[in-house]
Amino acid sequence: MAAPPASSVEAAAPRTRRVRRGRRRRLEAGDIAILSVLVGVTIVIDVLLIWGTSIASIILSFTSYGGLGTPDFIGTRNYHDILTIDLSFIPAVEHNLLWLAFLGVVATPLGLLMAVLLDRQLRFSRFYQSALYLPVALSFAVVGFMVQLILSADQGVVNAILGRTHGNGIDFLGDPHKNIWMALLFASWRHTGYVMILYLAGLKSVDPALKEAAIVDGANPVQTFFRVVFPTMRPINVIILVITVIESLRAFDLVYVINVGRNGLELLSVLVVDNIIGEASRIGYGSAIAVFLLIVTLGFVITYLTQILRREEVR
Amino acid sequence: MTQSLLTPSQLSRRSLLRGAAVGAGVVTVPGLLAACSGGGGGSGSSGGAKSQTISLGSNYSDPTPKKAIQDMMDAYQKKSGNTVKVNTVAHNDYQTNITRYLQGNPDDAAAWFAGYRMQFFAQKGYLADVSDVWSGLTGFSDALKQASTGTDGKQYFIPLYNYAWALFYRKSTFQAKGYQPPKTWDEYVALAKKMKADGIVPIGFSEKDGWPAMGTFDYINMRKNGYQFHVDLMAGKESWTDQKVKDVFGMWASLFDQGLYQPGANGRTWEEAGTSFAKKEVGLVVFGTPHVGLQTPKAEHDDIGIVPFPAIDPANGTDSIEAPIDGFMLPAKAKNVAGGKDLLKWLGSPEAENTYLKSDPNNIAVNSAADTGNYEGLQKDSAALVAQAKHISQYLDRDTRPDFAQTVVIKAFQSFVDKHSKADIDAMCANMEDQKKSIFSQPVS
Repeated sequence: MAAPPASSVEAAAPRTRRVRRGRRRRLEAGDIAILSVLVGVTIVIDVLLIWGTSIASIILSFTSYGGLGTPDFIGTRNYHDILTIDLSFIPAVEHNLLWLAFLGVVATPLGLLMAVLLDRQLRFSRFYQSALYLPVALSFAVVGFMVQLILSADQGVVNAILGRTHGNGIDFLGDPHKNIWMALLFASWRHTGYVMILYLAGLKSVDPALKEAAIVDGANPVQTFFRVVFPTMRPINVIILVITVIESLRAFDLVYVINVGRNGLELLSVLVVDNIIGEASRIGYGSAIAVFLLIVTLGFVITYLTQILRREEVR
Repeated sequence: MTQSLLTPSQLSRRSLLRGAAVGAGVVTVPGLLAACSGGGGGSGSSGGAKSQTISLGSNYSDPTPKKAIQDMMDAYQKKSGNTVKVNTVAHNDYQTNITRYLQGNPDDAAAWFAGYRMQFFAQKGYLADVSDVWSGLTGFSDALKQASTGTDGKQYFIPLYNYAWALFYRKSTFQAKGYQPPKTWDEYVALAKKMKADGIVPIGFSEKDGWPAMGTFDYINMRKNGYQFHVDLMAGKESWTDQKVKDVFGMWASLFDQGLYQPGANGRTWEEAGTSFAKKEVGLVVFGTPHVGLQTPKAEHDDIGIVPFPAIDPANGTDSIEAPIDGFMLPAKAKNVAGGKDLLKWLGSPEAENTYLKSDPNNIAVNSAADTGNYEGLQKDSAALVAQAKHISQYLDRDTRPDFAQTVVIKAFQSFVDKHSKADIDAMCANMEDQKKSIFSQPVS
């Protein structure tokens, strides 16, 4: 996924740095001490909590470990098993990617559309805004319960309205061909509001003079939006891209509440939790799945960083 | 669990990196922390006579059992002068988190299940030996003692009650329609077909929770292949690709193929299936007694009929009954070991069982000195079912390794409910056997 170029805020950065450098000559020893403590603490936390745990995960992924005692090293067996006999792994990867694609292709553009519409000062604009943003205030665990109340085959609202009760209901949550789409629907419901509010803020910050200039130059509204307004919102676009990727990779709570992420709702995060935290306590095996999640995540991070770094070099 | 620590306002490139790494790496932290803090526990036991505070971890989260536990604790507090703090966790969450709980900061006594599911944790060293408590208990049969004993011959478990899994029906419906409770598989299928023709959904079914279908599998397996085969299959000694196992799935699949099951089982919780039965929307259901009892109004309990799951091979008849035993264990890392043992000793007494069952009459006492005079009809029938059984099994997820039951069997059975052609069954059995070999090859401790 290509990241948009660095923002204008970043363009201003070198100037700030120069100013700071000028001031540094006057820094006292005490200031330097404070600075190094602040940086030092951050580095220690960073190394311990991020690098330490990531490396521990990678090491544990080559072991069989129940949580107590010493882990037994079993080579690449966990990886071999995951790729050959674990029937949940491939679906989990597919579902994570589907989640990313759905949020990226459906929910995010929808959020942008809502933002553009609301930015036109419609009547009751504030009301729509609140209504669309409301789901963001709900945790996914709560959304998960709502999903069950609405879609359960026996006792759900939808089946009651359709008059399909007494074991005759549509099995939205148990049918593995339907439940993932239901989960995506509710995940998007929440994601759309989130994206909308961010884009609303972004749209407000676009200089109206730019739009006027575009119109004077003969651009139609669509051209104005895609050629002028949208590119101007680069900082917001970057944030939304990042949020969408994070939301898709960490998706967990919704499916976990619906059916513990089984039977059509497998996700990498659920497999990790199921194996490590669950009664099974297959910590080595779960760590190996976590390593796959790490690799997927790193893929996005590296792509993003190379884009940014290349641009800074150009500058 | 793997939730990002970020809020949108703090979002920057660096925090993206951090969030990503935390997301992937944080999952191992609890394990490492738990491993680091090992040992040390069990030193805080106070002297005998002084009153003390004891904590009890409980998964009795439904209103009726929760009250029964509290009544039992009230009686203990009155008798001993000690204070008991009950920490109740939702049933399924408690089970899911049990490993972490036992490794971390467990209570002085904890609710659990007998059999392999207990032995597994004893073998891992998470449980304290309670043989000394056992030696002071009376009224427990050898079979109960065996179910409470670890692989090293020591006791790690105090049983409280058990309950029978069986085939349930509604007496009033059967009377009105002139049905007879089935004694054999053929009668069972014929009855279900008749019900279907009469416009009743024949067999209520739920599998969203992952465990309810195990009861039906266990029963078809034990009726067809015998108790010993069940034990060996669960212990990993028999193969899941054995034709005997495939035949079990084949017979089970025939019930689906003939449309005798309540459809959409993978989307239905056991509570919903129990409610369908209570509302007489389904004719039959294979469940544990409390699952039916808790969902049916108490006034209608006398209308619930209970019979053993029908016989398949006459050589086995209905000689095996699934009667899981619930009870308590002492975590190895308990802080107040003496207090925990004192509480367990009381929990093993007939008075404790009487107090519990008075509030939750869906189970049956296991202590022979417990009072059975006040049993309601369902309890009496359930007790009779267990009493006449030659073999008592614990239940699939209690008779085999939890890592196999939780990560393999549940998923396999849910996929079976979804699709069950001969090819599907062959593929599923082959995969279960592959995963079983991999999991069982790794030592427990």
